[in-house]
Amino acid sequence: MLKYSIKRLLESLPVLLIVVIISFTLMKVAPGGPFDSEKTAPIEVQKEIAKMYKLDQPVYIQFKDYLFNVLKGDLGVSYKYPGRTVNELIAKGLPITFELGFYALSYAILIGVLFGVIAAIRKNTMLDYIPMSTAMIGVCVPSLLMGPSLVLVFSLWMGWLPVSGWDTWQHKLLPSLTLGSAYAAYIARITRGGMLDVLVQDYIRTARAKGVAEKWIIIRHSLKGALTTVVAYLGPAVAGLLTGSFVVEKIFQIPGMGRYYIQAAFNRDYTMIMGMTIMFSFLLITFNYIADVLAIAMNPKLSFENKK
Amino acid sequence: MFQNIRYLLSLSIMGAFLFTCSPSKSTKSKLGSKSSQKIFKFGNGSEPTDLDPHVVTGVPEHHIISALFEGLVAPHPKTLKPMPAAAESWTISDDLMVYTFKINPQAKWSNGDAVTAHDFEFSWKRILTPTLASEYAYMLYPVKGAEAYNKNKTQDFSTVLAKAVDAQTFKVTLKAPTPYFLSMLFHYSSWPVHPKTIAKFGAEKKRGTQWTRPANIVTNGPFTLKTWELNKVLTVVKNPNYWNASIVKLDGVNFYPVDDNGAEERMFRNGELHVTSTLPVHKIPFYQKKKDPRLNISPYLGTYYYRFNVKKAPLNNPKVREALNLSIDRSLITKHVTKAGEMPSFTFTPPNTAGYTSRYQISKNNLEKAKALLAEAGFKDGVNFPKLTLLYNTQDNHKKIAEAIQQMWKKNLGIDIELNNQEWKVYLSSVKKGDFDIARAGWIGDYSDPNTFLDMFVTDGGNNQTGWSNKDYDSLIAKAAMTQSTSDRLALFNNAEEILLTELPIMPIYTYTSKYLKSESVVGWESNILDVHPFQHIDLK
Repeated sequence: MLKYSIKRLLESLPVLLIVVIISFTLMKVAPGGPFDSEKTAPIEVQKEIAKMYKLDQPVYIQFKDYLFNVLKGDLGVSYKYPGRTVNELIAKGLPITFELGFYALSYAILIGVLFGVIAAIRKNTMLDYIPMSTAMIGVCVPSLLMGPSLVLVFSLWMGWLPVSGWDTWQHKLLPSLTLGSAYAAYIARITRGGMLDVLVQDYIRTARAKGVAEKWIIIRHSLKGALTTVVAYLGPAVAGLLTGSFVVEKIFQIPGMGRYYIQAAFNRDYTMIMGMTIMFSFLLITFNYIADVLAIAMNPKLSFENKK
Repeated sequence: MFQNIRYLLSLSIMGAFLFTCSPSKSTKSKLGSKSSQKIFKFGNGSEPTDLDPHVVTGVPEHHIISALFEGLVAPHPKTLKPMPAAAESWTISDDLMVYTFKINPQAKWSNGDAVTAHDFEFSWKRILTPTLASEYAYMLYPVKGAEAYNKNKTQDFSTVLAKAVDAQTFKVTLKAPTPYFLSMLFHYSSWPVHPKTIAKFGAEKKRGTQWTRPANIVTNGPFTLKTWELNKVLTVVKNPNYWNASIVKLDGVNFYPVDDNGAEERMFRNGELHVTSTLPVHKIPFYQKKKDPRLNISPYLGTYYYRFNVKKAPLNNPKVREALNLSIDRSLITKHVTKAGEMPSFTFTPPNTAGYTSRYQISKNNLEKAKALLAEAGFKDGVNFPKLTLLYNTQDNHKKIAEAIQQMWKKNLGIDIELNNQEWKVYLSSVKKGDFDIARAGWIGDYSDPNTFLDMFVTDGGNNQTGWSNKDYDSLIAKAAMTQSTSDRLALFNNAEEILLTELPIMPIYTYTSKYLKSESVVGWESNILDVHPFQHIDLK
């Protein structure tokens, strides 16, 4: 287990480096620079700005300087927001994006597992069709539509909740629902499928024959097996949540990392784009790693190591 | 046993329902709330890049800086005439070249220090410093010696004739009589910064230090900076040290950097904003139909137009350019495409800019002439006319307008135009490089005078970007800059604009409007062509 973990970690480093190289190249190749604007400044001023931000150096020198700084943990200063370092902006935005993702994921797991289990044990009845259809709405309706619709009903018509922001639980409810709904649907389907697979197994039949209460059959005996697939799904799910948060953050005006990232791309804020790309890659690699380790822990059959 | 699960499920659903049913405490964020503080909630369009008046370039920054800082003069909220601000009075020499400002002895910084003429001299030196690379330093170029200093042709600031004669007197000598000089001072580029604070953070020659953070910043305007939460809200509160604090009725202003106009409109409807920065275009007819008094549409000092690349055939032929200009129906576009009360443009300078309206205008709906001109250019009925590309930056409205114009040219002239859209920065880069045939453009005036529109198109002007050059035009613009008498100046501008509108390196389409939603509890907010609404005159009822 330990050997596997270390091996995975070491494999991640070249991946990160390749991500940095590709992002840097794409960024420099894209037309338009951070200081292009509709009112052209005098050419002397443009030259000074290029010198200030080292944009007049050859590209490979810019890359080398940047890489050295990253290895020291310094992601540089934002081009668009002078006086703000990328580290500072990530430190401000990332906790909020995490919080949003956490609530969305909790909602998705809670509702998804609940609906999936009910649907599985009441297969092909109304208690199967209704939860599954409701969950499907989460997949079919994109957050761009679901967010404003929820706001229309619960904020503008009912006046129960605020439209935007991220302070009290009232602010956090609708964005979390909007973001988590698609994942709730997937988790519901996966749980249902997993439960159905497990419920027909021999050991379940044995447990029933032994007289174990149905409640414990579901909770203690079947659920763990059914959830291995869900755990495996969590890796990509977290990836989707982190990126899906961009749209939700824009709709609800949440000061998370997603909004910085979009703004940075539009502004050609080179250091921000690179810093956030590195951050996201790092997070994705980490979460996929954790998900894999958890999956192995839950189901030893998945381990790659030879066990005598 | 199975019943238990059904029971649990229905219980949890009911519980969740009851939970959300409780009246929310969100009324705290609503207008007219229990708080007795008058806090103005302002939709500001985007997160400010900084609060340093010598470094920023945008309108959202302008709104905040105008609450925090104050220049020598300020515009009257309705007439836009220069009014005393940090300067209590001024005299102008007869030849319009020397301005002597008397600094208001009551003017103070937020830390109690007096505002002096030395502060202004220091600040103008700072914005003209080459290594600061201020993109708006050119606003001070009318001052004698300023351009050479900013372009590093001299390192001696005494050659720049903006001097503090004594603590209360600031004397500025211009290189040419510039009748609109005072209205140029409305722009934050000429506003003061606190020298000791700048020195403390080593920011005399560089940008990006921490001097603008709430704990460090020192300002001289009607409000001071309280908090700055990125991408969330920036709050300012009334400055008790402001010389005119007695007229300030608001207790504070909250600037919300809302960058999604759909979210902004929802926030306004929910009472979370008093004023929005804009509004989604597709919602305008809805508000207009209801005759909603909260909808505000007023003329704005800007022109929406297309640029022609006059170096590319057949656009190098003025007859072709005129034919293109005469064969579109501008009022159709403003009435049915943009629908926000814009005025069709038959001149480049918006009508009634500081009292100037161009005598010469593009003739409306002259289809016969258009067809004749195209035939004279050798493309009768559009036969053999090359397929040109129309470039615009990706946005719904630009697309609709481009499609309408493409259709009009096809129908009226028989020519085929291809449409191409690029993302904003890519589009800017293409236009700058001349990599286009026809390109959409917009120009907002920096100050209220025809010069800000007409001096764009001098030969090799940085904002010309059409490749057009006309020596007579250049000399008229240069002469106008040296002319004292207003009537003579306007006559020169008339002649210049006539040349521009006969040779037509551009195609004006409409004059901009400001469109936004404003709550009925806002008092003291006047519409004007520069869309400036000083917060010291605003009240909430």
